[in-house]
Amino acid sequence: MKRREFLSSIAVLGVSTTIPLAKAQEVKGGQPWEPGKVDTRPLAQPRQGGLQYLTQHEFDTVGAIAERFIPADELSVSGKEAGCATFVDRQLAGDFGKASSTYRLGRFVKGTAEQGPQEAQTPAERYRVGLAALDASTQKQFSKNFAELSGDQQDQVLHAMEAGKFDLGPNVETKVFFELLLQNVREGFLSDPIYGGNKDMASWKMIGFPGARYDFRDLIPKKGQKLNIIPTSLIDNSL
Amino acid sequence: MKNVRPKADVVIVGLGWCGSLIAEELTRAGLNVVAVERGPWFETATDFPPSIDTDELRWDTRRSMLLPPAVETTTFRNNITQKALPSRDWNLNEMGYNVGGSGTHWAGMAWRFTPFDLQPYTQTVARYGKEQIVKGLILQDWGVTYDELEPFYDRFEKIAGVSGKAGKLNGQVVEDGNPFEGNRSSEYPLPPLEGMRLTDLFRDAAKSLGQHPFMVPAGQASKAYVNPLGVRMGPCTYCGYCLYYGCGNFSKSSPNACVIPALMQRENFTVLTESAVTRINKAEDGKTVTGVTYIDRNGQEWEQPAGIVVLSAFQMQNVRMLLLSKIGKPYDPVSKTGVVGRAYSFQTVSGATLFFEDEYLNQFIGAGALSQQVDDWNGDNFDHTGKGFIGGAGILVVARGARPIGNADALPPNTPRWGKDWKKAYTHAFQNGTFIFGQGTSYSHEDYYLDLDPEYKDSNGNPLLRVTYDYNENDRRSAKFVEDRSVEIGKAMGAKLVLGTNATTTSYSPYSFASDHTIGGAVMGEDPKTSVLNRYQQSWDAHNLFVLGASSFPNNAGYNPTGTIGALSLWTAKAILEQYLKNPGPLVKV
Repeated sequence: MKRREFLSSIAVLGVSTTIPLAKAQEVKGGQPWEPGKVDTRPLAQPRQGGLQYLTQHEFDTVGAIAERFIPADELSVSGKEAGCATFVDRQLAGDFGKASSTYRLGRFVKGTAEQGPQEAQTPAERYRVGLAALDASTQKQFSKNFAELSGDQQDQVLHAMEAGKFDLGPNVETKVFFELLLQNVREGFLSDPIYGGNKDMASWKMIGFPGARYDFRDLIPKKGQKLNIIPTSLIDNSL
Repeated sequence: MKNVRPKADVVIVGLGWCGSLIAEELTRAGLNVVAVERGPWFETATDFPPSIDTDELRWDTRRSMLLPPAVETTTFRNNITQKALPSRDWNLNEMGYNVGGSGTHWAGMAWRFTPFDLQPYTQTVARYGKEQIVKGLILQDWGVTYDELEPFYDRFEKIAGVSGKAGKLNGQVVEDGNPFEGNRSSEYPLPPLEGMRLTDLFRDAAKSLGQHPFMVPAGQASKAYVNPLGVRMGPCTYCGYCLYYGCGNFSKSSPNACVIPALMQRENFTVLTESAVTRINKAEDGKTVTGVTYIDRNGQEWEQPAGIVVLSAFQMQNVRMLLLSKIGKPYDPVSKTGVVGRAYSFQTVSGATLFFEDEYLNQFIGAGALSQQVDDWNGDNFDHTGKGFIGGAGILVVARGARPIGNADALPPNTPRWGKDWKKAYTHAFQNGTFIFGQGTSYSHEDYYLDLDPEYKDSNGNPLLRVTYDYNENDRRSAKFVEDRSVEIGKAMGAKLVLGTNATTTSYSPYSFASDHTIGGAVMGEDPKTSVLNRYQQSWDAHNLFVLGASSFPNNAGYNPTGTIGALSLWTAKAILEQYLKNPGPLVKV
């Protein structure tokens, strides 16, 4: 893809894109900005209802996985309740799911571990293929889709996937798919709630992270003390 | 048909620290300067306000400010017998993609290299003899000494508003500074940043071991500051959003905050944004260059003619541009001749992971360069006799801000990575887990180099840069030594669990945890057979071409490179203004 096409393709992705906007080409005689004006593209705002990429069944499966990765306990709500599946759905519909930033030219050849991922499919495509393969495999073993298994059975499958010992057929590298799921569910749990997960900043309250705060000067003298800072999110900041 | 712009006195390729610093010097002297920058305009006030900046997923996890590999990446292999493959996703090679370049997203560690780092060959041979040099290691002096660079380091620190504490001022050792640093002619423009619990623990432990801890010079303004260009910086608020982020407070030293506001007021300066240079154009006589060819945002090809070309893109892009433009002889790893792509080095990272018990490290409070370090095991600050290697590392802790997503696997060994046990362990580790980072020297080796990939191309159809690299024996010995020293400090800090870490125990991968300080490939030096540039960063092959940046470094020190690239840029600017303009031609005769 030509660079210019790359830039225009990210421009048409809509408001969810986070890659820098194309701005003024020739600049001289001062800086091209106005006080009080924000140039950076706004983030996707939380949308009421409706899935952006996943099917309802896929969404439910991701929710079931998030429930196992991050179970509800005295520390926090579950990953499912925190909105991790919603986060994953929105990410797959945007730059991340479309692999907008990754290099996708030339031959895809499997290399050494040091050479890193050589993945022809986008993350969105990998979810579609991977979740279907997961159901096909659990059907074979338990005669049920993943989301219909008991919690213990789901844990058993996920542990086997993590160890690379659960066959997802010829089109899916089990361990690589597992790592993608774990990465994205954690991102949904731990990132700013503006992306659809981390409901009520549940994870930040759990670990004691104050979130989108920009000034800690008043707290510097309280070294080594529990600070009990009420976290804030970009949603709060945008009010 | 190619579009041609009016001829400029100077065209600058890439407007990061190097490009903006030299543009400021040259335009102030009255030259007409055009900078061509591939990325878009970034504005401190409007692109990084607090309501946008404080977002780990966007800036750190998804690396939204960096050059996307989709636009340009590198191919990589560990040795010449392998097929190199493209690094398709974000990795250690973090190139800038905006006006300000990598200087917009850096952490802010604003170091000087030591006198030894600039003369490693002479000083090693003088102290230990040639037998100290591991076989195959490329060890050569830079052609410029620390004393020559000192005034330019000083100028850079004042422009950038660096916060720190001198350790050796006008020949006197100063308490609580770094006693191993090169002599300084003046104090840092701003006092050090405030310490945190983590840096206090490190300081006390290092002192208890008889070492010499000090606050790392930081590109975060510890107080309000007006720099020599008249640009105002605001005091750092210790938010921790530095590395991979912009800074909406005008607190982090960056070209955007410290140089560009002054530079843009000059009538004789123009920047062309979203314009990717594809070639440096050679004159018919083969002895000079005539300007650059670039592709604008609409895919139109343009020529920008100029009397002087300054190549100041990222280190890897500088090397690639020379290779694409066929300037200088490419390095051949078999015959070991040629210079472009030769003397490529990285860094040797090892250290320790620490887990405390019942601590409140509160690591979300901090700044990109808020660190305590010891240099007792760096460079040639200790006796290497019988050790089998040269160099070492600056060993530090950094209170850099917390990363809830990025640290989710920073847990004691054998901890589950999901489920209730993960939640419990992470909740504990978030306050109690941290690391000691040994940022090691690295010397280039004749087996490792940069060239053009024979197969993979960028989106314009030009070959990608191919990296052939692995750690060498000197790296491995040095890193092991530094790992052991880091573990000793970690234990003295009172951590419950201290685990040595060492990137060199396996083969190098651009995806493994290390520094992102990729160095060399178009190095400065004293001999055209072993360097691309002379001591003024002037091309041996085309006297009106100057190449700025870490590509000039024949070796890497145990420090971050930015202070040194800044000083070298100002050193080159002075050579152009005071020597080259009066008498255009090679500034060094061989």
